[in-house]
Amino acid sequence: MFEKIPLLKPLAALVFLILLDTIIIPGFIRMEVKDGQLYGSVIDILNRAAPLIITSLGLTLVIATRGIDISVGAVAAISGTVAVLLFSETISDNVSALHFTAKSPLFWAIFFAIGCAILCGIWNGLLVIALGLQPIIATMILMVGGRGLAQLLTDGQIQSVAYQPFFFLGSGYFLGLPFSLYIVAVVFVALTLLIRKTALGLFIQTIGINPVAARLVGIRAALLIVFAYVLCSLCAGLAGVLICSNIKSADANNIGLLLELDAILAVTLGGTSLDGGKFSLVGSVIGALIIQTLTYTIYSLGAAPELNMIIKAIVVVVVCVSQSSELKPIWCEVRSLFNAAPVKKSASTRL
Amino acid sequence: MSNYLVLTKSPAFTSIATAILVLLMFVVGGLFLPGFFAVQVVFNLLIDNAYLLVLSIGMTFVILSGGIDLSIGSVLALTTLLCGFLLQTWHWSAWIVIPLVLTFGFMFGIIMGAVIEYFKLQPFIVTLAGMFLARGLCYVISINSITIENDFFTRMSQTQIALFGGFISPSVLVALALLALAIFLAHYTAFGRAIYAIGGNEQSALMMGLPVARTKVLVYGFSGCCAALAGVLFSFYMLSGYALHAEGSELDAIAAVVIGGTLLTGGVGYVAGTMSGVMMLGLIQTMIAFDGTLSSWWIKIVIGALLLVFCLVQRMLSTKNHSLN
Repeated sequence: MFEKIPLLKPLAALVFLILLDTIIIPGFIRMEVKDGQLYGSVIDILNRAAPLIITSLGLTLVIATRGIDISVGAVAAISGTVAVLLFSETISDNVSALHFTAKSPLFWAIFFAIGCAILCGIWNGLLVIALGLQPIIATMILMVGGRGLAQLLTDGQIQSVAYQPFFFLGSGYFLGLPFSLYIVAVVFVALTLLIRKTALGLFIQTIGINPVAARLVGIRAALLIVFAYVLCSLCAGLAGVLICSNIKSADANNIGLLLELDAILAVTLGGTSLDGGKFSLVGSVIGALIIQTLTYTIYSLGAAPELNMIIKAIVVVVVCVSQSSELKPIWCEVRSLFNAAPVKKSASTRL
Repeated sequence: MSNYLVLTKSPAFTSIATAILVLLMFVVGGLFLPGFFAVQVVFNLLIDNAYLLVLSIGMTFVILSGGIDLSIGSVLALTTLLCGFLLQTWHWSAWIVIPLVLTFGFMFGIIMGAVIEYFKLQPFIVTLAGMFLARGLCYVISINSITIENDFFTRMSQTQIALFGGFISPSVLVALALLALAIFLAHYTAFGRAIYAIGGNEQSALMMGLPVARTKVLVYGFSGCCAALAGVLFSFYMLSGYALHAEGSELDAIAAVVIGGTLLTGGVGYVAGTMSGVMMLGLIQTMIAFDGTLSSWWIKIVIGALLLVFCLVQRMLSTKNHSLN
């Protein structure tokens, strides 16, 4: 009966983690209001998870079309550096950070940064569609080259930012909540509306389940797949800007490093099938929150932060194996072994 | 003209093209960069990239079988740390440690292969988990770099084998021996032919009665073993074990395999081609180092561009073959 409810497993995992934290970490769910701003562990987790949630949302759409985008980290690095470079001057020119004036307005800087991300998405999409490369290889080109480009832009240096309004994106508060949460909400609502209120969701699902059939019923699969990659890069670009704003600098070598792996993990945890078709945006949000809560738990328990990777690895394998269609017959066989009545072994159906 | 067309249709075309390009790049480098045309430059190329060659040979087998292995870079790092830990903390003999880590790499690969094969999961996601796991285990052993002061390791690191007026390291000999073994395995054994058959069409291979499951699991085992061997060579080279060693080298290995002319869809390619792919990556780094004015990130950009070009060439060739069918 429970199997019928989608998202039960990831939601249960998240609730379990939160309950665990409530018990073992003192003051985990306590929240305080200071200067009209909400502080607390939960808020902290949400704020830190923001870039990952946004990236995972975009990646969900690509994975739903049977694709994969491993360049999201590099795209985040590119757009983050572009944003910072557009309005920052070198610090030595501005001795007093308080009187810092931006080279170009914040809006244009972010506009261009997102524009660069969209270009990256078009590039990925064209490689996949026009050239028919496997998505993992097509996006690997940008993953390798993109980070090099970002480093080229900053000349290998870490660019600091002293422009106050920019910090608001990643660490500012609005109506008592971190501003990044509003960005996450806007992205989530926009994508959900796009999926639910237009035929896009249905089309993407059709392409993921059977690309040939999708083409035969008249869906313009090529265009939609490119669109999915563009949306994914756009989200990654936004995440890159958020990360830069949060750390108040652009470090081309480290922005979004391993972001692609975390995002894939989040999407998988959320119940989206890597074989395409079945996807859930809410699931990806939950997946990203699970990862961030897990990280938080490990850090606050005082365990070595390095354990994080091992736990993530085990979680990936367990989730994938539990999704595997091969598991059912094996599970039945195991159960039949424990059955008291002698069970006739049925002929193996495997080829 | 028709001869020319036949040539481009041959599965060896991209491999040969890469080999010619490597030679061409070397000549161009020799003409424009002072001191580039030396025997030792070639030998240094081999010495610096021996580990990458070993890594890429394992990856070639996996890609030939139609899979991918993203864990090899982390397994390499884990091996360097295991070597460092066993040699320095427990003072084990190198003769026990080396077979042990090779077995460890083999078993690591076998387990991943078994999970991929028996649960029918995507190789990409399972080996991604393997990558996390191995990197995480590295940090469990030690967060800091472990310096290796073992006699055997130092000797292997410092020995210079004189050859043609230059010298090579013992690691180069190991890597070249593995290359010879891999070529033999791929082209002259039932195991190798089964890999090509599975990469070409798994369903057909199954119907031909080939041991598909066993071969696929063994391929990952071989790749894990190669990664561990690469780790040992890397320990010889660096004389230290560190969790951040060779980060991202799995991508270099994939790039070397693709540039070497192996089709990513599996079934087509040569182990020898991988050698020229590795030389190509090494040459790019050497030329950028020789030039001196270009920064290190140009390596990433050039490798990205090269990957693109070779993917395009492969794509064009495979559509040509399809139109024939």
